[in-house]
Amino acid sequence: MSAAEAPDVAEVAAIVRRALAGVAPEVELDRLDPDADLQREADLDSMDFLDLVAALRAATGVDIPERDYPHLATPAGCIAYLVQRRRR
Amino acid sequence: MTTRDLGTRGDPGGPDRDHPPSTDGAGTFWDLARRDLDGLPGGGLNIAHEAVDRHVRHGRGDRVAIRSIDRRGRPGRSLTYAELAAEVARFANVLADLEIGRGDHVVGLLPRIPEVHVATLGTLKLGAVWCPLFAAFGPDPLRRRLVLGRARALVTTASLYRRRLAGWVHDVPGLDHVLVLTDEDRGGGGEGDGRGEDGEDGDHDEPLPDRTVDLRRAMAAASPARPTAPTRPDDPALLFFTSGTTGTPKGAIHVHEAVVHLHASATRALDLLHDDVFWCTADPGWVTGTAYGVIAPLTHGVTCLVDEGELDAARWYRQLAEHHVSVWYTSPTALRLLARAGADLPHQHDLHRLRLVASVGEPLDAEIVLWTHRAWGVLVHDGWWQTETGGIMIANQPGTPVHPGSMGRPLPGVEATVLRRDTEDRLVHDADGHPVPCAPDEVGELALRAGWPSMFRGYLGRPDLTARCFADGWYLTGDLVRRDADGWYWFVGRRDDVITTAGHLVGPFEIERVLLEHPAVVEAGVVGLPDPVMGEQVKAFVVLAPEATGDAALRRELRALCRTRLGPALAPRAIEVRDELPHTRSGKILRRLLRARELGLPEGDLSTLAIGAAPVTTTGPDRAGRTRGPT
Repeated sequence: MSAAEAPDVAEVAAIVRRALAGVAPEVELDRLDPDADLQREADLDSMDFLDLVAALRAATGVDIPERDYPHLATPAGCIAYLVQRRRR
Repeated sequence: MTTRDLGTRGDPGGPDRDHPPSTDGAGTFWDLARRDLDGLPGGGLNIAHEAVDRHVRHGRGDRVAIRSIDRRGRPGRSLTYAELAAEVARFANVLADLEIGRGDHVVGLLPRIPEVHVATLGTLKLGAVWCPLFAAFGPDPLRRRLVLGRARALVTTASLYRRRLAGWVHDVPGLDHVLVLTDEDRGGGGEGDGRGEDGEDGDHDEPLPDRTVDLRRAMAAASPARPTAPTRPDDPALLFFTSGTTGTPKGAIHVHEAVVHLHASATRALDLLHDDVFWCTADPGWVTGTAYGVIAPLTHGVTCLVDEGELDAARWYRQLAEHHVSVWYTSPTALRLLARAGADLPHQHDLHRLRLVASVGEPLDAEIVLWTHRAWGVLVHDGWWQTETGGIMIANQPGTPVHPGSMGRPLPGVEATVLRRDTEDRLVHDADGHPVPCAPDEVGELALRAGWPSMFRGYLGRPDLTARCFADGWYLTGDLVRRDADGWYWFVGRRDDVITTAGHLVGPFEIERVLLEHPAVVEAGVVGLPDPVMGEQVKAFVVLAPEATGDAALRRELRALCRTRLGPALAPRAIEVRDELPHTRSGKILRRLLRARELGLPEGDLSTLAIGAAPVTTTGPDRAGRTRGPT
């Protein structure tokens, strides 16, 4: 990840942190392994995950189609995906 | 389309009997159903024998019993009936080596993996009792059920152990052994090559926790042969926990004879034939995941698709097509989510092998039935049963017209009625002391003539609660329904305050007691509110202590507390602060009134939305008009 991307990443990470806290307030994003399974480690069931997607969509303005859900499988993947999609 | 003449056994199209009840026809039906199974010498019966060993004995051992898919969508372990029989015997031997024996309770806390089938049937082969628990439960509900369920052994994975059990499970009284599968994520096929080869998941190869038994190692060392325990039809086999309005969860005991009903109902309601590929999406922690995820399909010798993953529309359609799934058993919540994902996805896949889709867990909206007909060319067959009935009792049966929005009509061998209750919620009796059935379309309590093979034999340790479920030879289901003049049953609501969310039965008290532990909460009332996807959504109303502030931070704190203690499935999705909650004169919170006020219903109105639509026939060429997209 280049230095130019860093502010974007920090901003998106903050959005993901807030969205996750809304769905699973007991989970701290920064304490999760960035490459671990987000749904499993944050204890999100299917409905929680859809709520998280809706919150991310609302906060970023990025439309997240269902076929892209696999990109949200890990905290790192989730942030990278949103950073990239916001650029378009 | 069904391929079998359903008119030859019983009369699924005829009106069910009402009054007086007769057991002659039912007896004949169940006697015939028993003949479809082997039984054990001397009148014995064992579910594991009927589900696995029977097929091997009859020369069908090389058929594929289980084809699995891991949570990443990769092909997982696949087992023939012969391989499954060996694994089942190994598991029974592992338990026997730990001095677990006949009648002991073995609890499973497992994801949807083939080891569920192995552990369930291995426990039954040994003559022990299998008790599945839901892996989305937090420590509170798990601990309570382990204690109430008198668990001697617990089977789980290293990942679930770490996330759900670590730190407390060894303190559960009477729990002597915890058996742990160390590599939950497996790539590749059969024995020996079970390790996932790509390391990027970061969630497999978790170490074996202290004081636990390495199940994989123990299985490898165990003998693949073992005689089946000579169980009797009335010996306990399964223990399923269900929720009531108040107090503790109830453990419903089922016996080996349940296999007679499971086998027969899979014929009548699911139309299973031995060359089917069958997919049950239910979680193995609930009754459906065991009854129709493990036992019923295997007694038919079909191939079961076992998918560890959660609902993912694109993946699910791909799997239906690629694995040639012919009979699919799923839930209204899943069907609603698939409908939301749109009709384009299914049109990208060849679903022509999909012969029957059936649904259970909560009433299925007529709109969804009609949507699936348009999008897939298949009508979903809704049905009704519950933990206590042990198997499907009422259904839209293959070969008869589907009534969208109706739960269907009683299966052959099942006698149902609707009993009248007065305004005080007491059964109304006639001059001879018998309960009075309702008139057509009158709302009353669904009741079933006691004595079908998979009927629960009681709540563990609670004969008082068991007795309350029966009146004059009828089992009282607690569900309010109406039956129309043609004999179709329509779900109306629950008699009690139990919530059905995403197909799971949730007792409000189990949630309220956790909220009440928070120092800021002095009163809590938990109800289910209608939700377009989950059927009902769990919502909590709380009254705060005078010094507490009901701001967003407190609501987050309460939700965090509930998620941590109860797990994601039971935690309220919404929490609202109120100045007061409605009470009875004796001080009990009136959840029903709370719910009615929240929904703007007339107070005292017990009904939910009744859904109705004209019947749609499945017996015609219902696939003819089907549009097929690009494949």
